[in-house]
Amino acid sequence: MSRYFIDRNAKYLVLVCASASFIILAAIAIFTLKEALPVFQQVGFTHLIFGTTWRPTMGGFGILPMIIGSLAVTLGAMILAIPLGIGCSVLLAEVAPHRVRQFLRPAVEILVGIPSVVYGLIGMLLIVPLVRQIGGTGYSVAAGSLVLTAMVLPTIISISEDSIRAVPRRYKEGALALGATHWQTIWHVLIPAARSGITAGIILGMGRAIGEAMAMIMVTGNAVQIPNSPLDPTRTLAGGIAVEINYASGLHENALFAIGVVLFILILAINSIAILAIRRGRRAQDVG
Amino acid sequence: MKIRKGWKWLILPIVAGLLVAAFTLSGCSSGSLGTITENGSTTVQPLAEKLAGAFKAKNPDVNVVIQGGGSAVGIKSVNNGTVDIGAASRELTADDPPLVKHLLARDGIAIIVHPSNPVTNLTKEQVRDIFSGNITNWSQVGGQNKSIDVVAREEGSGTRTAFQDLVMGKALIKSDATLQNSNGFLKTSVSLDPQAIGFLSMGYVDSSVKALAINGVAATEENAKNGTYPVVRPLYFLTKQQPTGLVKDFIDFCTGTEGQKIVAEEGYITVE
Repeated sequence: MSRYFIDRNAKYLVLVCASASFIILAAIAIFTLKEALPVFQQVGFTHLIFGTTWRPTMGGFGILPMIIGSLAVTLGAMILAIPLGIGCSVLLAEVAPHRVRQFLRPAVEILVGIPSVVYGLIGMLLIVPLVRQIGGTGYSVAAGSLVLTAMVLPTIISISEDSIRAVPRRYKEGALALGATHWQTIWHVLIPAARSGITAGIILGMGRAIGEAMAMIMVTGNAVQIPNSPLDPTRTLAGGIAVEINYASGLHENALFAIGVVLFILILAINSIAILAIRRGRRAQDVG
Repeated sequence: MKIRKGWKWLILPIVAGLLVAAFTLSGCSSGSLGTITENGSTTVQPLAEKLAGAFKAKNPDVNVVIQGGGSAVGIKSVNNGTVDIGAASRELTADDPPLVKHLLARDGIAIIVHPSNPVTNLTKEQVRDIFSGNITNWSQVGGQNKSIDVVAREEGSGTRTAFQDLVMGKALIKSDATLQNSNGFLKTSVSLDPQAIGFLSMGYVDSSVKALAINGVAATEENAKNGTYPVVRPLYFLTKQQPTGLVKDFIDFCTGTEGQKIVAEEGYITVE
């Protein structure tokens, strides 16, 4: 094979690979929409999204409690994970001595690989009893948020740390040369400069949090109700699908696919915001 | 190396797409000769695993695959042909598809609490009120002044449906009860919470939880067998049609003398 031949035709091989992933995504989207269609036709969009009663065997297809449940646990997880994550990434990038980083960074990366079931099990055995000491049964939004924080932190830490490291040295050198302290440099120069990457890491983490099913089934209590406090049990969208999909049939099954469509839309929205944020961040950075 | 405009570069992606579609739509044919697949009720699961082990010991070239998922999964799976045998821990209703029932055993449903809970006996009405949310504190039934944490099973559970029929009647299990997906998870959940109450297949009860007496009748296998314990339900192996071949051999084994001996050993109630 001459290098001329390879150069002419390698692009087709690459095209096949790219189209394979696109085809899989399109297939998933089309299949989910097709299965969800009967519910949208028979039950209606408003009843589905804004209804509060979920009794699928008796005609109640309101998923609002699950939407709120998902948003609640994700919000709680983000409130905890963002400061912790950025703080840890600053530590790893700027503050920690080399030995500490050598140990801590791989530890963080191992956390990414732990399966969700294990997080759920630890949540059920450790975190739920802890939350029970504060109030309620322990199966709660709070327990869900705590478990999600643990799952989302490694993603935020590793991406944020890489972003901070990628900030051009002259920014840091310039700030220090002008007399800023190390902390002032980190807070006023490095973190804002790494803003787009940090945001990308946060959005990625949020995407994982919204879609998490297995761990949430084990710690949120799976009660379909709008939670009034972080100590109340709830059910997430993804968890709701996983709990019932095995045995649902007929319109019930279609309704679970409709939940999938809602999840799709949520994740698309989150990713779009991410892309916009990154683009704006890049433009601002180029100006400086 | 640039892709110029034109239709020719679409050929490869389309071919790739067709290949992917062909693979996914052709599907695999079910089970090889010598394999029996079963899924469904988690109540039946440990019993089915023991029976499968004994059957395989007698027939070494047969593979018996036992899974869980809950009674509704078993009914759905055997009805659409995913498995050979579906297990259910409740009676079939008019809403279920028509399937052939093979009575495997009977099983009591125990009302379980944490071993440290001082309460040892409840009336059926008290159990109903607790699970429906009318009674919310242990002190209302003779226990400590602590709130009651109700743990239940998911909607597709045969144990839950049987409990609903036999104990709850018209009352509904309260909507903010914690739901667990299997007998095993429910038992773990109750064993970790001193204020919890749940319902569990009697075959699963061990020292990590305590089974309450109902209306003064202790939750033992003998009481379930002689009819004094009020919460007992049938355990079924279901098949789509009358079974033949290996599946028939396995079911005959389970309902015959050898199988029933194992049923008794595992703590379930034998059937004649």
